[in-house]
Amino acid sequence: MPNIIELEKIASQLRRDIVRMVHGASSGHPGGSLGCADVLVALYFEVLNHNPEKFLVNENNGQDLFFLSIGHISAAWYSVLARSGYFDVAELATFRKINSRLQGHPATEEDLPGIRIASGSLGQGLSVAIGAAIAKKLEKDPNIVYCLMGDGEIQEGQVWEAAMYASAKKVDNLIAIVDYNGKQIDGPVEEVMPINNIHGIWKKFGWTVLEMDGNNMTDVVEKLKLAKEYTNNKKAVVIIMNTVMGFGVDFMMGTHKWHGVPPNDEQAEQALSQLEETIGDY
Amino acid sequence: MEKYSFSEYKDTRSGFGDALLELGRKNSDIVALCADLTGSLKMNAFATEFPNRFFQIGIAEANMMGIAAGLTIGGKIPFTGTFANFSTGRVYDQIRQSIAYSNKNVKICASHAGITLGEDGATHQILEDIGLMKMLPNMVVINPCDYNQTKAATLAIAEYFGPVYLRFGRPKVPNLTASDQKFEIGKAITISEGSDVSIFATGHLVATAIKAGEILEQKGIKAEIINIHTIKPLDRLAVINSVRKTACAVTAEEHMKNGGLGDSIAQLLACEFPAAIEMIAVDDEFGESGKPEELLVKYGLDTTDIVDAALKVITRKA
Repeated sequence: MPNIIELEKIASQLRRDIVRMVHGASSGHPGGSLGCADVLVALYFEVLNHNPEKFLVNENNGQDLFFLSIGHISAAWYSVLARSGYFDVAELATFRKINSRLQGHPATEEDLPGIRIASGSLGQGLSVAIGAAIAKKLEKDPNIVYCLMGDGEIQEGQVWEAAMYASAKKVDNLIAIVDYNGKQIDGPVEEVMPINNIHGIWKKFGWTVLEMDGNNMTDVVEKLKLAKEYTNNKKAVVIIMNTVMGFGVDFMMGTHKWHGVPPNDEQAEQALSQLEETIGDY
Repeated sequence: MEKYSFSEYKDTRSGFGDALLELGRKNSDIVALCADLTGSLKMNAFATEFPNRFFQIGIAEANMMGIAAGLTIGGKIPFTGTFANFSTGRVYDQIRQSIAYSNKNVKICASHAGITLGEDGATHQILEDIGLMKMLPNMVVINPCDYNQTKAATLAIAEYFGPVYLRFGRPKVPNLTASDQKFEIGKAITISEGSDVSIFATGHLVATAIKAGEILEQKGIKAEIINIHTIKPLDRLAVINSVRKTACAVTAEEHMKNGGLGDSIAQLLACEFPAAIEMIAVDDEFGESGKPEELLVKYGLDTTDIVDAALKVITRKA
């Protein structure tokens, strides 16, 4: 049985890392990063079959793969990668600074362990994940490919090219997760470009659709495991993950205003006072 | 200069298709993707023989580039096939982020490049693709001249790790180079030695340059004709050594002047060995419908254009 309290503690540390990294760089994307902290912890500390010691950028055999299509929440990804052993947590202090391996958006050029492809320009990750999933099928590797997308991101047409392909070609070793926080840079998704009936669209495209509360660790772990049971069933699986942008920091929650704005000194201090230091700051 | 036989005509895209099949038989990591142009790209034989390693993506080129990038994670060597326009301009950002910046081992194979696509007109006649691709760090850009060379290039890029843009065309053109040639990425091929003018040609215009060289020879002018099949990385030494001898250069390509081979050579010469240069290329305009041979004449890419450029550049020598 997973130790939910342990996972929640790690997620709290992730949130502290995110606030400190974005504050330290005076730039970055705290909102979506805070919202996705729980699912990233659940994946890297409970669900994924992965081994940081055996990471190779262009190989995937024998492990589950995770792709972050919403590259702008890099702070959350770097934190979970460091905390799960891909590189030293001290390196988190270099986030977005000159000569750092922790680029503003994830990249492979600096050979940062854990990252297999660049992301940031939206809409591309699902296609990449499909390619990696096909490679697994060719190699008869039973492991799963995961891809985390944003709800604003699915306004990109390429996502639907990929959705159509995965359905038609039965790419069923793939679990997509859509962070459904309802916010994007310019405002609520409902105002910028409404995604009418997000569950229904994916169903119409032929996917198995699950829903989870992305800020409830028990539900996250349960649904990720349930999603895995739906794989290898001739259908791709998508989880609509309900989250609150900025989750864990009261003044950042539920608004698009903290999508891509760093906190100042005072705001950072206020945010950190709401997030328990559990396994030690970097 | 050596006489070339212009008796056998074959399309460069068939060189690609034949090599792809050969690669498929040799290496089980070779996979191929196509966006609804399997016949045009001559990928049918591969698709029939290796259905598990051929992926019909449909009319969704952005998705094709992403899937190709993903396939490399696991050691596959994907060859994507569609028209040059849809292989580059349509999917520039996908190539830039998921393939070039991520340094993925994807081979972007592009047919129907340039104006010789003919009757379909300017929507499909991309003349900017070399420029778009050569601007991307990590990207190798290859534009072979005939069937045999396209086949050799296709085999060679499978052995090279990293993103490659391989550009070829639609029409049947003279098959001039040896069927057993060894293709070296980045290594220019001297077709004929000369001392009066260097002609650097790429793709379909290599044959045109050879014809121009024969006419120039009749006028007592010795042209050094060099086939630049790899535009990036450019064989800088070959270019400079030739111009050191001839003191002037003509470039010839089925591409826009901006961003093409001529642009690369002009940049190199301006910085390292300034010399008079004339460029045979399309000058900042879109193409149009017509027969390939008519279009080559109308857009200034014909034998006489190369001859005139050579005569002119010789008078401009310092």
